[in-house]
Amino acid sequence: MHGFANPARFLRLARWLTPLLLVTGLVLTGITLTWALLAAPAERLQGDSAKILFVHVPAAWLGMGGWSALAIASLTELVWRHPLAAIGARAIALPGAFFAALCLATGSLWGRPAWGTWWVWDGRLTSMLVLLFLYLAYMALAEAADRDGGNGSGQSRIPAIFGLVGAINIPIIHYSVLWWNSLHQPPSIAVGKSAMAPVFLYGLLAASLGFSLIFGGVVLARMRAILANAQAEARLRRKAMELEDA
Amino acid sequence: MKAKHQRLVLALIAVIALVGAGVLAAWALRSQASFFYLPADYAANPPEAGRAVRLGGMVEKGSIKTAADGVTINFVIYDDKARVPVTFKGIVPDLFVEGSGAVAEGRRQPDGTFVADNVLAKHDENYVPREMKDMTTEQARQAIEETK
Repeated sequence: MHGFANPARFLRLARWLTPLLLVTGLVLTGITLTWALLAAPAERLQGDSAKILFVHVPAAWLGMGGWSALAIASLTELVWRHPLAAIGARAIALPGAFFAALCLATGSLWGRPAWGTWWVWDGRLTSMLVLLFLYLAYMALAEAADRDGGNGSGQSRIPAIFGLVGAINIPIIHYSVLWWNSLHQPPSIAVGKSAMAPVFLYGLLAASLGFSLIFGGVVLARMRAILANAQAEARLRRKAMELEDA
Repeated sequence: MKAKHQRLVLALIAVIALVGAGVLAAWALRSQASFFYLPADYAANPPEAGRAVRLGGMVEKGSIKTAADGVTINFVIYDDKARVPVTFKGIVPDLFVEGSGAVAEGRRQPDGTFVADNVLAKHDENYVPREMKDMTTEQARQAIEETK
């Protein structure tokens, strides 16, 4: 693990892993979604509108998984002071927010035909909206902290503490449909059991893998961009000092 | 104890305390945060007449009756403990069918019945292709089990 905390080694790995993840992810997602639109069967009660689950469910998982990864990176930053952990957490925030927003948008489109409403203040929907706001708050906080203490170098621990505290929302999202009577149905899939017909289940797993690969590729690309930025700024500072000395 | 171990222990204690606080708060909110009353709660502890509440449960088989005006429907929402007659005037979602879940937003009347302003359909966690549509939910669930 300490090996990957070395930025030079990380950059060597990320250079070829980034395009690999992005391309395989885009191809897999493209194939799965085309199949979902053209060939997947209609659902027994909901008809074709249930096919939106191939986007909605991966988006929900990645929105929640994104914050889980952000919280682990924050913990790593706080405890082991790995500089890459701080950069990783910052890189996750934007795609995480994107997938949380995608989950809310597709859920709203799905809710209209299935439930008869675009939006309700139900436990699951509200806690997911809170997750989106947490992402936006994290991005604003990290931006402000870095402006004070130098780009992503982890001078300020405040974003990491916020990332860790925000993780409390993840179990709340998951259990909201079990603890409280909600309009949203309980999960269809748990480890070892599924209430989905195999055709929907395997399609969903393929779509989730595709979106996850894209997510990973975007995070790596953003981490490389943050590192390159930091490098460029350090070089500029050095140049400026040389000029002053001369 | 090295500094990083100290930080690890501190961070873990903080996380455990945080999760504990969150779970306790969520637990305390159990009744307030629920989206709707179950028929059992509704019967045992009826909300005052005229206050806006939501009532959620299963739509009783054979209970949906359209009134003579063609737009008013009457149905019964029930759970294993109680049944509540509901009146609604308007358009219901496609998934509103007998034997599946529904949530009615409206007010309790002094006579104990419920008049809904809006009806939402609640769908379950089962996803079954249309080819299996003639099966009941239970048969479909078994068919899913067998093909795995």
